[in-house]
Amino acid sequence: MSAPVAEHVLASAVVQPEVLTGFSGPDAPPWEVINTCVHCGFCLPACPTYKLTLRERSSPRGRITLIKAVAEGRLDLMDPTFQDEMYLCLNCRACEAACPSGVKYGELVESARAQIEAQSPRTLRVRSARIAAFRGVFGSSRRFRAASAGLRLYQRTGAQRFVRRSGLLRRVGLAEKEALLPELSERFLVPGKEFWPAEGVRRGTVALLAGCIMSTAYAEVHRATARVLSRNGFDVIVPPGQGCCGALAIHSGDLEAGRAAARANIAAFSSPSIDAVVSNAAGCGAAMREYDFLLRNDPDWAERARRIAGKVRDVSEFLADQGLVATPGPLAVTVTYQEPCHLVHAQRISRQPRELLAAIPELQLIEMPESALCCGSAGIYNLLQPEMSSALLERKLANATSTGAAIIVSANPGCMLQMAAGLRSKGVQTEVVHIMTLLDRAYAALDVTAAAAN
Amino acid sequence: MASALGPATKSALISKLAAIVGEAHVASDAAGLAVYEFDASDEAIAGHHLPLVAVLPGSAEEVVQVVNLALAHDLPVVARGAGTGLAGGAIAARGGILIVMTRMTRIHEINEIDRYAVVEPGIVNLDLSNTLLQQGYFFAPDPASQRVCTLGGNIANNSGGPHCLKYGVTSNHILGLEVVLPSGELTWVGGPSGETSGYDLTGAIVGSEGTLGIVTKAMVRLTRKPEAVAVLLAAFPSMDAASRAVSAIVAAGVLPASLEMMDALTISAVEAAFHCGYPTDAAAVLLVELDGLAETVAEHGEIVARKCREHEATMVRHATTKAEQDLLWLGRKSAFGTLGRLAPNYYLQDTVVPRTKLPPALEFVGQLGREFRLEIANVFHAGDGNLHPLMLFDRRERGAIQRVLEAGDALLEYCIAAGGAVSGEHGIGMEKKDALSLCFTTDDLRAMAGLKRSFDPRELFNPEKIFPSGFSCGEVNQLKQQSLMRDGMYVV
Repeated sequence: MSAPVAEHVLASAVVQPEVLTGFSGPDAPPWEVINTCVHCGFCLPACPTYKLTLRERSSPRGRITLIKAVAEGRLDLMDPTFQDEMYLCLNCRACEAACPSGVKYGELVESARAQIEAQSPRTLRVRSARIAAFRGVFGSSRRFRAASAGLRLYQRTGAQRFVRRSGLLRRVGLAEKEALLPELSERFLVPGKEFWPAEGVRRGTVALLAGCIMSTAYAEVHRATARVLSRNGFDVIVPPGQGCCGALAIHSGDLEAGRAAARANIAAFSSPSIDAVVSNAAGCGAAMREYDFLLRNDPDWAERARRIAGKVRDVSEFLADQGLVATPGPLAVTVTYQEPCHLVHAQRISRQPRELLAAIPELQLIEMPESALCCGSAGIYNLLQPEMSSALLERKLANATSTGAAIIVSANPGCMLQMAAGLRSKGVQTEVVHIMTLLDRAYAALDVTAAAAN
Repeated sequence: MASALGPATKSALISKLAAIVGEAHVASDAAGLAVYEFDASDEAIAGHHLPLVAVLPGSAEEVVQVVNLALAHDLPVVARGAGTGLAGGAIAARGGILIVMTRMTRIHEINEIDRYAVVEPGIVNLDLSNTLLQQGYFFAPDPASQRVCTLGGNIANNSGGPHCLKYGVTSNHILGLEVVLPSGELTWVGGPSGETSGYDLTGAIVGSEGTLGIVTKAMVRLTRKPEAVAVLLAAFPSMDAASRAVSAIVAAGVLPASLEMMDALTISAVEAAFHCGYPTDAAAVLLVELDGLAETVAEHGEIVARKCREHEATMVRHATTKAEQDLLWLGRKSAFGTLGRLAPNYYLQDTVVPRTKLPPALEFVGQLGREFRLEIANVFHAGDGNLHPLMLFDRRERGAIQRVLEAGDALLEYCIAAGGAVSGEHGIGMEKKDALSLCFTTDDLRAMAGLKRSFDPRELFNPEKIFPSGFSCGEVNQLKQQSLMRDGMYVV
C-alpha cells in the first residue's frame, strides 16, 4: 500500500468544539476520553457488575454511554439510574485492561462522580460524612493513627468481643461493616521513625509509602516488605510528611481531598536520592501513578507530580524486575494468587508476583479460576454497596477455595480484609497473606536452616 | 407503533412485563433504555432509535409470554445479545419491546455420542467453546468478538470468523433450533441428525437476523479439538505480495484453519494496545493457523513457510507456545477496537471478492482512501476473500461521514462487479439493506419478502431490517435496476 494519507486528512479536519452541557468545570469527564470508546463491547465480559447483572447499563460500555448522554445534555446528571450506575461501578479497571481502544475509564467514572458530588444537594448528608472522613481522618496521618489507636483499644480491651456478642451491631445494621474491621497492628508504622539499611551490596534507596490502613492494620506487612527489600540490597526509608495516598477520596469523587493528599506525598517523596517510590498496596500504587492526571491543571504541581508518578513501583514489580539477589528459603505450602484489581488492571502487573512466588522453593502455586475478577472490596465499596460486594466476595472465595490451597496470596489491604472477613464468617481456615509476608517467611526459613546448620 | 401507546397502557404493559420476567429485568427509564440505542456499529448506521421497553427474560417460556404481550399490543419485538453487531441488527428501529437474551446462558445437554449440545442463545461464544473443550470439543464459528458475542447473535447473522475458512460458518454448525415464531408459538425446527426432509427451516432461520423468529435454544454441532495446532506469522513488504502468498498457499493444496491479513496501520494500533509481537515495520502480515494431525500440520507448516518466502516474505515465525499463539490471536481478534486509538470513529465494511481478485481489490481500497481523503486500515479473512476495510474518521469533522459512506458504497459496487457479495458475515441489518438491490433482482427480493411474510405477516419481528427501504408494509416497489446487476453474480 502507498503511504498513509493521515497528514492531509488531519490538515483538512474542521473540528467542531463540543459543548458539554451536562457537566461543568475543570473536572468534567474529558470529552477526548469519552470519544475513545468505539462501543465494541469487549469490556463486557471483563466487568464484574456486568457479569453478575448481565445488563448493559451495568457494563463499562453502558456507563460510558450514560456519561456521554449527560455530556451531550440528553440525560440529566441527577438521573437516579445514572447516579446508581456511577456508584455501582467498582472502579476495578478490568475494562481498561480489556479495552482495545485504550479508553481511560477510571478517569471518566472518577470525574463523573466528582460532578455528582459537586452538584448533588440530595447527597449532602452522605457527602459531608464522607468529606469529614476523607479530609478529617484520612487527610492527616496523625489523626488517622489517633482514630486507629481508639479502634485498637476497642479490640484489645475486650469491648469488641462484648459488642459483637451483645447483638447491638445487628440491631443498628452495622454487623457486616464491623466484621470488616481489621485486626490492628501492635505497633503502627510511623513515617520517619524506622529505617532498614541494605544488606550485602547496596543497590539503591527505596522509599516506602506507609499509607493509612496499611500503616495501622498491616504495619507488620510493611516491616516484612522492608526486610525483603533490604535483604535484596536496598536501603528502605519511610519519609516523614507522607500520608494517605488519596485513592479513597478520589474514587468517591472528592478530588480536592485527593489533590491535597497527592501534594503532601509529592513533597514527602521528592528527595532525588530516592530511586523508587515503592508501594505494597495495589490501590495506593495505582493512585500515585496517576498523580500526574490528578494535578494536570495545577501549574505549580503538574511537573513534580509527573516526576513522582514516574518513580512509583509496586513492590512485586520492583523486586521481580530488579531481580532477587538473595534466594528465599523453602516453604512447603500450597498457595493460590488473587490478583488485586489495581495491580492487574490499573497497573497491568500480573507476571511479576507469580515470578516471585515461583522463586520460593517448594511452594506450589495453584491458579484459581477468575483470579483477576474483583473480590468486591474496592476501597469503601463493600460499605456502600454491600449486596454486590458480597455477591462478588462469594464468587471469589468459591474460586479461591476450589483450589484447595492453604493460603490465598494477595497484594492489597482492601482485598485482604475483605477475603479474611469472608473466610472468618464461613469458618474456613484458609489464610490470607500478603505476598511480601510470604517472601519474608521464606527468608526467615532460610535463617532457621542456616542456624540449624551452625 | 410504539408512540401510539398512551401512558396508562404503557405503564400497564410494563407491569405485565415485570410480572413475567421480574421487575429487576425490565428497563423503561431514560438511562436504562439509552444504553440500548446502539450496538457496535457506527451511529451513522444505527441512528438513534430507543425501544419502548427492554426486558431480560430468563427462559423460553418467558420469551413466549413477552412475545404474546407484544402481539396483543401490536408492538415490534427485537432480540439482542451482547450488542456487538456491526450492521445495526439489534437496534429497535421501530421502537417496541427489546428482548435482551444475555441472561439465557444455560447449557441443557452435551451429547458426546451424537455430537451435539443444546444451549441457550445468551451464552457467550467463547464460554460455550471453553465449556466444550473440557470434553475435547469446541464450537467452530469464532467471530473476532467471540469473547463477548452471544450464540444467538451468531445464529442471527450466520456469523463467520477466522476459522470459517476450514470449518464453515454458523449455519454449518447448527443442527436444530427452538424458536418463538411471530405467531407467538414455541416450536423446534431441525434435529440431531442434521438431515431434514422437506423445507430446511433451520437453514432459513439461521442468518435471518431475528426477522423470522426468536431463537430460545440451539442444538449446536460439536467439533473435535484438533490433535495439533500451528500458528505462523509472516511479514511482507506489500499487501500485494501477501495477497499473492495467500493464493499460492491455497493453490498448493493446503487448507489452513484460518488465513488472516493485517496491514501496517492495523499492526501499529494492535501493538500499541496489546504488545503482541507483530512486526511494526512490515507493510502486511499473514497470520496462518494450521490444525489437524501432527504430521500433516508439520508438513503443511513447511509448505506455508515456503510459499510465503517465495512471495517476498521478509520474516516467517512459528509461534511455538500456546501463550505466544494466544497473544497473536488476541491482537487479531481485538484489532477493530484498537483502531479506536487512531480516530474517534470508524466505519467497518464487510464485503467479499473471489480470492484471486484480492490484489486489485486492495489496490482499489487504497485508491478510495486517496480519493475520499480517508485513512483506511485493513484487517481481514484473506483466505475467504472477505475484506474488512475500516475507514477512520471523526464525526465532528464536517462532511466526514458523507465521504465515508460514499467510499463504502463505491467499494460495495466494486466488489459486486468483481463477482463478490455485499456482506461476508456481519449481516445486513440496517447498514446494508439498500445495498441488497445491488446484487438481487426485484424478483429475488420479492421471493425473500414472501418467505418473511409467511412467517411474520404483521411485520413485527425486527422490522426495518434486511429489506431495502420501500419493501416493507407488504408493498413490493419497483426497485431501480442497478447497472452493475448482471448474470453470474453470487452471494456467499
